[in-house]
Amino acid sequence: MDNAVILASAEGANPLMPNWWEVLVTLVGFLILLFIVSKFVVPMFEKTFEERHAAIEGGIEKAAAAQAEADAALEEYKQQLSDARTEANRIREEARSEGAEILAELKAKAASESARITEQAQVAIASERSAAQASLRTEVGTLATQLAGKIVGEALDDDARSARVVDRFLSDLESQQAGAAK
Amino acid sequence: MIALALPTATEGDGFQAPQISDLHLPDILPWGAEYGTGFGKQMLLVLLSVVLISWFFVAAARKRQLVPGKFQFLGESIYGFARNTVGRDMLGEKEFRKYTPLLTALLAFILVNNLMGAIPFLQIPTTSHVGTAYALAGLVYVYWIFLGIKTHGIKYFKVATVPSGVPKPFLIMVIPIEIVSTFLVRPMTHSLRLFATMLSGHMIVALTAAAMSFMFTGLGEWWGYPLGSLIFVGGLAMYLFEIFIMVLQAYVFTLLTAVYIQGSIADAH
Repeated sequence: MDNAVILASAEGANPLMPNWWEVLVTLVGFLILLFIVSKFVVPMFEKTFEERHAAIEGGIEKAAAAQAEADAALEEYKQQLSDARTEANRIREEARSEGAEILAELKAKAASESARITEQAQVAIASERSAAQASLRTEVGTLATQLAGKIVGEALDDDARSARVVDRFLSDLESQQAGAAK
Repeated sequence: MIALALPTATEGDGFQAPQISDLHLPDILPWGAEYGTGFGKQMLLVLLSVVLISWFFVAAARKRQLVPGKFQFLGESIYGFARNTVGRDMLGEKEFRKYTPLLTALLAFILVNNLMGAIPFLQIPTTSHVGTAYALAGLVYVYWIFLGIKTHGIKYFKVATVPSGVPKPFLIMVIPIEIVSTFLVRPMTHSLRLFATMLSGHMIVALTAAAMSFMFTGLGEWWGYPLGSLIFVGGLAMYLFEIFIMVLQAYVFTLLTAVYIQGSIADAH
């Protein structure tokens, strides 16, 4: 076999020699693709990525806001609860002190009433006693005079004198009583 | 060259392994014309990939649901991979946004064009034609040099080729090495890595297919059938492995692009 023929037949298929039309077609084709990718595809993908990023970020923010709101509501609720408790305590305390006051007032009232009644009673007793004393004094005087008159047989009609006698008698009686009481 | 040509030396009734020229189908416009003279299948697939990717991305991005459906999620996943895993991790939080379109377009373009080789009937990774790999790597090459000059001015060539902290006498050696490795080797490896992995993977799958076909129909012996079945299993494994390589190489190409851009916009090293 002729070596030159072999080499000649291989010459047409040298894999390192480009077909220049293919170079040109590839260049043009690739540049068109590059243009489409940079003009339309990349901006659209980037926009989608950004929107997705914003959506995720926004979602996180929203969740944080909701959490804060819930926390605030809980805080407020707790505040209200403790306020209510304080209020209740205050009212209870007030009622207790008011009750004590009322009780004390009532006691004082009762005490003064009883004192008043006692006093009135004493006054009444004293006045009745002095009235009784006065009437007794007159009656005892009269009775004693009549009795003494009967006994002596002499009418002691002289009122002035008999009154004097009775008074002396009675004051003697009183001084005797006072001496006995001592 | 000899190695590539060798199979032709055994022309005859025996097994014929597929060759690189088998990847070069006759052109479509004009119909049946010799490869390289008109508009061919590879170019059609490149344009088809542009239409497909554009439609897919625009349709997926246009929905703009906050909670994405499956379709939108798939689009967002690919975009997010180019944007975050490649762009942001390599270029940093401050800079990466400007380069997201390029990285996304590159990743999708190479991924789809590689996978063309795994789709029945299309069945050719368009990146296995070196012209496509050259075009993409060349574009990236021009772009990162442009970025370097834009960032550092004309001083960029000094930044890129004169490493700091190297003793002066060594610079005579180091500078040429840096020039060659950065400005000559880099675009070559960038393009050839993609092209060669795609080509070799495709050739291996084609080889197993051809061998299986020969075992079943061309050999005419009973033991061709079990042997062909065995080759089928191996070929299937290679096919699946090739899909993995296709995805991986799309990632590698895009990642290297990000690395080169990072080197150009970074401060002097």
